[in-house]
Amino acid sequence: MTTSELTLPKAATEKPGRRRATGAGKQLHAGPVTYVVLTVFALVSLAPLVWTAIAASRTDRRLAETPPPLWFGGNLFKNLQAAWDQAGLGTAMLNSVIVAGTITVSTVLFSTLAGFAFAKLRFRFSGLLLLLTIGTMMIPPQLAVVPLYLWMSDLGWSNQLQTVILPSLVTAFGTFFMRQYLVQALPTELIEAARVDGASSLRVVWHVVFPAARPAMAVLGLLTFVFAWNDFLWPIIALNQQNPTVQVALNALGTGYVPDQAVIMAGALLGTLPLLIAFLLFGKQIVGGIMQGAIKG
Amino acid sequence: MTSSKQALARPATSADSAPGTPPGAARGAHGPGAPAGDDSWRRRLYRWDMKAAPYAFVAPFFILFGAFSLIPLLYTAWYSLHDVQLSSLDHQTWAGLGNYQRLLSSDFFWNALKNTFTIGLISTVPQLLAALGLAHLLNYKLRGSTAWRVVMLTPYATSVAAATLVFTLLYSWDGGMVNWVLHFFGVDPVNWRESDWGSQFAVSSIVIWRWTGYNALIYLAAMQAIPADLYESAAIDGANRWQQFRHVTIPQLRPTILFTVVVSTIGATQLFGEPLLFGGVSGSKGGSEHQYQTLGLYMYDQGWVIGNLGKASAIAWTMFLLLLIIAAVNLLLTRRLRKSQ
Repeated sequence: MTTSELTLPKAATEKPGRRRATGAGKQLHAGPVTYVVLTVFALVSLAPLVWTAIAASRTDRRLAETPPPLWFGGNLFKNLQAAWDQAGLGTAMLNSVIVAGTITVSTVLFSTLAGFAFAKLRFRFSGLLLLLTIGTMMIPPQLAVVPLYLWMSDLGWSNQLQTVILPSLVTAFGTFFMRQYLVQALPTELIEAARVDGASSLRVVWHVVFPAARPAMAVLGLLTFVFAWNDFLWPIIALNQQNPTVQVALNALGTGYVPDQAVIMAGALLGTLPLLIAFLLFGKQIVGGIMQGAIKG
Repeated sequence: MTSSKQALARPATSADSAPGTPPGAARGAHGPGAPAGDDSWRRRLYRWDMKAAPYAFVAPFFILFGAFSLIPLLYTAWYSLHDVQLSSLDHQTWAGLGNYQRLLSSDFFWNALKNTFTIGLISTVPQLLAALGLAHLLNYKLRGSTAWRVVMLTPYATSVAAATLVFTLLYSWDGGMVNWVLHFFGVDPVNWRESDWGSQFAVSSIVIWRWTGYNALIYLAAMQAIPADLYESAAIDGANRWQQFRHVTIPQLRPTILFTVVVSTIGATQLFGEPLLFGGVSGSKGGSEHQYQTLGLYMYDQGWVIGNLGKASAIAWTMFLLLLIIAAVNLLLTRRLRKSQ
C-alpha cells in the first residue's frame, strides 16, 4: 500500500547514527531571525496551556469581562476542587490510568512479538500479512463502533472499563513500528547463535529480542499511553458519566447546561497535567520516537 | 548429521525472502558448538517450535485486531443494510439500501460532507505548510535543539477535550481573548461560534495547533536523512538558501510530504472531538445551523443522539469508501510523480 512505499525509505529505516553524518542543515548555524520565529512558534504552542492555568485561577464572572485576565488570580485551588468534585475526576483519573496502562502493556508486548516475527523470522505469507497490517492502519475507528457497541451491550458490559480496553489492545501501528526498529537493531547472527545453542523461541525472545527492543518498547509505550489517555470517540460512546475516563468526564463538564468557565478550565488543566508531567520527564524520548516512527498512531 | 543440523539452524520456510535478512547469514552461524541432536523427541520438539513460533508471535495481534477491527468492519456493512434502532437493539429488520438512499437524499449529509471537506482543507494545508517551515528552522544548528522540539510537541500531549475547551473560551463572543486581540488591530469582533466561516476556522485552528509540531518532527526526520553533498553541489552551483530549500529539500521530501498529506487527510475525514466539544450543549449538531457538523459528528448524532444505528453504519461505510477513493487518487498521483522524475 501507499503507506509502506512512502515511509519505508526515509524516516523509518534510517539509522540514527547515519543521519547525523549526513544531516543537511546541521552545518548551518541558526541566525537571530530563526530564533525569533521559533520563539513565536513556541509561544503559540505554550500560550493556550499557560492561559488555561490563568483562567483556572479566576472566577467565571471575571472570564466573561473584557479585557480577559492575563495573570493569575486567587481562585485556583477552589476551582480545582470544584472541577474534581463536579466531573468526578478522581474516578476518571483512576479509570484512565487503568485503561491506558493496560492498553500500553498489551500493545507493547504483542507489537514486539509480532514485530520480531515480521522482522527476523521467515514464515509462509509473512509478506502478505505485513502488507495487510500496514494497509489496515488506514481503517478509521468509526468503522467498528456500531458492532462493538451492540456486542458490548449484549454482553452486559456497557459502561465497564473492559469495553474500552478490549478493542485497543493491539495496534497495526505498534506492530509496524517494532518491525521497523528490529530489522535494524537486532542482528540476525545473534538469533542464529542462540538457536544453534539450542534455545527455544521463547528463550530467544526473552534473552535476545526483548533486550534489543527495549529502547523502542519504551518509546512505543509512551506513544501508546498518550494515545490511549487522549482517546475520545469510543470511550464517549461506550462509557457514561458514572464511570468515565478523563476525556469523557471533561466532555460532560464542558457540555453542562450551567457552565462555570473557570471550573471547566480547572478540569482541562487537571486532565492534561499527567501527560504534561510525562512530557517534562520523557519529552526527549517521545520526540525521538515520533521522528523514528513518523506515523500517526 | 551435519546436514540436518544445518537445516535446523536455518529458518524453517524460505518461501518468501524477509527483507533485511541476508540469505547467507544463517549458513555461517552454525559451528562445532552445536548440540548433538541425539535425542529425537527433543529435536522434533525443537523443529516444531521453529515452525510454529512465528505464527504464535503474530497470532495475538491478528486475533485481537481481527476481532475488534476487521470483523466489526464487515458487521458495520451488514448493519448498514438493516434498520437498527438504539431503543430496540434486538429488532433488526432488513432495509436493503434504504439507509444509503435516505443518506444521499438528506441535506444534512451533504452539508456534513461539504463541512468535512472545507474544514479538512483549511486545517490540513496551513498545518503542513507551517510544519514544513518549522522543520526547516529546527534543522539548523540550534542552541537547545531538543528543548525546542519538545516545546513544539507539547500541544500533541494535550487531549482533544482539554484543547477544545480552552479554545472555545478563547473564541467566545465577548470577553474572549481572540476578539480582544483583534480589537487592538481595529477588527470588529467575530462571532466564532455562530458564523459560517468563523466557526469552521475556529475548529480548524484547534487541529492546526495540536498537530503542527508533530508533523514538523516527521519532516525534520526526513530532512536529516538528505545527503549533505546534494546541498554542497547546489551551493557550488550558486544556489542560495531559499533555492536550496526549493530545489533540494522539497524534492527530497516528496515521499514524506505525500505521506503526511495522506495521514492528515485520514485524520480530517474522521474529525469528531473538536467540533463536538466546540458546540457545547448542541455539540452533536455542529452548531445551531449545522455550520461545522462533520461526517464523524453526523454519524455520532444519527447513531447515539437520534438513535438510528443502521443509518450511522451507512455513514461509517460512506466515510470508508471516501477514504478508499482518496487512497486510490493518492496512489495514482504517487505513480505519476515517480514516472515524471
